[in-house]
This record gives sequence, structure tokens and C-alpha cells, in this order.
Amino acid sequence: MTTLSGAFFGVIHRDLSIAMRHRGDLLNPLFFFLIVVTLVPLGISPEPARLAAMAPGMIWISALLATLLALDNLFQADFADGSLVQMMLSPQPLWLLVLAKIIAHWLVSGLPVVLFAPLLGLMLSLPQAGFLPLLLGLVLGTAVFSLIGAVGAALTVALHKGSVLLSLVVMPLYVPVLIFGSSAVQRAVDGMSYGGVLAILAAVSAFTLLVAPFAAAGALKVGING
Amino acid sequence: MSSQPLLEFQALTFERDDWPLFSDLSGAIKAGEILQITGPNGCGKSTLLHILATIEPLNIGTLRWLGEDIAKCRQQYLADVAFIGHQAGLKSALSPRENLQWLSKLHPLSRCTSAAALARIGLAGFEDVPCYTLSAGQLRRAALATLCMTQARLWLLDEPLTALDVQGIADLEALLLAHVENGGAVVLSSHQPLANPAVRTLALDAMAEAAL
Repeated sequence: MTTLSGAFFGVIHRDLSIAMRHRGDLLNPLFFFLIVVTLVPLGISPEPARLAAMAPGMIWISALLATLLALDNLFQADFADGSLVQMMLSPQPLWLLVLAKIIAHWLVSGLPVVLFAPLLGLMLSLPQAGFLPLLLGLVLGTAVFSLIGAVGAALTVALHKGSVLLSLVVMPLYVPVLIFGSSAVQRAVDGMSYGGVLAILAAVSAFTLLVAPFAAAGALKVGING
Repeated sequence: MSSQPLLEFQALTFERDDWPLFSDLSGAIKAGEILQITGPNGCGKSTLLHILATIEPLNIGTLRWLGEDIAKCRQQYLADVAFIGHQAGLKSALSPRENLQWLSKLHPLSRCTSAAALARIGLAGFEDVPCYTLSAGQLRRAALATLCMTQARLWLLDEPLTALDVQGIADLEALLLAHVENGGAVVLSSHQPLANPAVRTLALDAMAEAAL
């Protein structure tokens, strides 16, 4: 018989091994993230004071766009080759398999962005005080991006060229995360306390973690039939 | 063999874009039976299989598994159903062995090992090559290898003969025969007649003509 944990880790393992074999897809969002932040000093001004003022927002915006880039493929490839149907026909609950896919997606697209953020903070001369809230905020924020994005990706899975619609669906829901995330960094840089802002971000991510797998599983059941 | 049908469907009606695909379709599949759905392209064979697999929601009609409404026992039903659609459900970046291994995490595929299943279906020697290097027929065989492994009693197969060569078709027919002799049941859609005495056919085109 199949088991809950077997199915859960089976899906994570599968998605990670596929990601390791398609390294181009894996690196694409990360390169995007790196390139945007590298171009900012060239396009605007290499002056540290001006860069530092923009750094929190710039890093957050490019992190948001980088995860949005990777979102399209979350369910699309599985839908095209029929493995999504096999997941839906598993006796194991679909929300669990969806959660496994979201976790794998975050490990592949969100985590690298988090890990590279300090380097980009240095490049944009982000003041020292901003690094910790940037890291903590991005860990929570990119998780929310993956969770909310999964709902959008599930809704648009059977649509051809659904990526435009996907961006429109998820973007309004990403905005609060962006506002709280970058303001946490800004507050830390300005010497104010940022705990409250991060706590709100943590609450948002806990809430989406509870709701999004169910919503995405429900959306898949609707979305798969066009 | 018990007389209780495994799967019953009553008064199924399905419309797509206001166009009736079939209406008031009833039938039952007992253990030991093979039901072949025939009909021209676009007459709703795949849709019917999707409805039976509970992928497509039921508009009008009832589905019963062992006499119980499927909405109430979907979990048990899914544990006893093997579905193979047009898309084989294999990841092209993974090898046939890896594909079977992760599928066996989702479905009860424990009758034999993936290596034995691949050998039986004629893919010995291709266990560890990525699926994107396989031909269409070999991919189809890799998907059908799950049938060697599954413990499900009801098989729902959408055009399983597509891309198979003569030997592949013979292998599949042997698999089907062994399955129904063990008390399983098969619903499949195909345009080709099957060389199997247990086959009953359900012609959807006759339904469509009657509806018009």
C-alpha cells in the first residue's frame, strides 16, 4: 500500500531530481535576479548613498519577479505529460501532493534567491543593519510567493498561454508581501524596530501555508478540465 | 465469480459546449470482463473514461463502485483503479525505472518490482535511459508496465494500443487476459478489435446517432 509520507517525499524527490536534470530552468530565475540587481548601479547611479536608499525595494522587487518567472512551470509540465492526472488519481490526498510540489518548487526557486540576497545586498551597499531582516523576510516572503503562486498556477493550468493571466491573478496578492518585506528592511536600516512587520509577514505565511495547498488542490480539480 | 458488478454507471449524460456527447448511458462492468468502448473520433470515448476515472466531474447520472455511490467511497475506488490516458504520465527527464518508482509511491504498484515489470513488457535494457530518448512505442510500453505492477482490480485504458507494434499488442492482450482471469476488469477505448473472448463492446456512435 501507499503511505502518506511515501507519497509526499516521493513527489519532492521526483521534482528535485527533474530540476537537477534541467539545470537551465533551475538557474534561469536566479540569473534574472542577479542580472536585474547588477544592472541597477549601471543604469541609475553607482553612488553608495543612492543605492542604499533603493536596495531594500530593488532586491525585493527582483526576488518577486524571479519567483514569478519560475511559477509558470509548477503544474504546466505535469499537466502536459499526464503525471498530474496520475497524482489526482492517487488514493493519497491531493493537497498533500500539491504541498510537496510547492515545497520542491520553493527549494528550487525561492531558496537560491534567499541565499544570493546577501551578496546582492553588498552590491547595492545595503547598510549592515538591513541584512538580517532581508534574509528573514525573504525566507518568509518567497514561501508565500510559492504558496500563493501555486493557487494561480493551478487555476490556469489547462489554459494555453495562461502565464499572462497567472501574473494578473497572483500579482495583487504578492503586493502586501512586497510592502511588508521591503519596509522591514527599510525600518532596520533607519534604526527602527522591524519585529512587528516581520511578525505580520510570518502570520501571512502561516496562513497561506494552511490555506494554499487546499485552495490549489481545489483549483486543480476545476482547472484540469479547462 | 460474484454477480455484483465492480463498477456501474447509470444514466450518464455529458454535454460539451452545449453539444451532447452521449446521453442516458448506462452499463456495468463485472469482474472478469473487458469492456471496449468504440466509436469515431470525437464521440466522447476519452471523456467517458475520464468520467469513469472521476477526473471529469459527473454532470448527470450516477457512478457506483461495488454498489456504493462513488462520491462516498472515492478513496477506496481510487486505490482499486489504474488509469492510463493518452498522455502516459511519465516524466521525460527520468528513466522508466525512476518513473515507475515514483508512481508506485502514489498508487498501489507492489505486485512485482519495476525491473520485472519492464522486462515483462519488453523494455529490458532500457530501465535506466532517460524517457526522452525512447520511441513513442517504447514510452507506451513503459506506461503499460504499471499494469504489471498494479494491484488495482479495475483498469481504465484510453487507447492503450496506440504506437504499439504487433508484439506489443500481443503482450498487452496477454496482460489483459491474465488480469480478467484473476478476477479483474478492464474498460478500454480502441479502434482495433481485440483478440480476446471476454471482450464486450460499447459503441458510442450508435448512441450519438440515436440522440440525433
